[in-house]
Amino acid sequence: MQTFIDILSSIFIIFGTFFFFVGVVGLIRMPDVFSRMHATTKCDTMGAGLIYFGLIIWQGMTFTTLNIVLILVFIWITNPTAAHYIAKSAYVLKLKNETLEESNL
Amino acid sequence: MVLTVIIVCTILLLLMTFVGLFRAYVGPTAADRMVAINMITTKVTTIIVMIALVTAQELYVSVALVYALIGFVTTIGVSRYLMKGKLD
Repeated sequence: MQTFIDILSSIFIIFGTFFFFVGVVGLIRMPDVFSRMHATTKCDTMGAGLIYFGLIIWQGMTFTTLNIVLILVFIWITNPTAAHYIAKSAYVLKLKNETLEESNL
Repeated sequence: MVLTVIIVCTILLLLMTFVGLFRAYVGPTAADRMVAINMITTKVTTIIVMIALVTAQELYVSVALVYALIGFVTTIGVSRYLMKGKLD
């Protein structure tokens, strides 16, 4: 039983690290702000969820597990919200710059 | 076995954090830098939790929670300042 829990937890943690790696590759290679955000936010949320889930399985039911679940719920709520707000800010900024250039022409 | 996996994954996440710092340094616009800083915050939170569980010092998990909170407030504040030019 302990070996099964170890193997399951290791698989979850390795897959979470893989998702983080895919997010970093998207952040470096993508050409635009919105594509970078598209790559980064989804991979970060998924990878953090997988890694925390693996740690929870490995740790068992303790008080620390409750704390980790709190962090996990917080990240799942705030990460898409922050990405949405950055996207709105970038869009408004781009629109403002374009209208400024047109008025200068 | 699982301790080795967690330590190796922590080192890999640390290297990825430095690669993300590259994008925060060269990013053409300010929104690129904000995306990179948001990603670095999530990664550092995960690294703090993994180190706390490996070294069996559970107090650091609360530090990770506070770090996630500060990162969210930073992202919202800087984005709002970029969008409106002021903070009220």
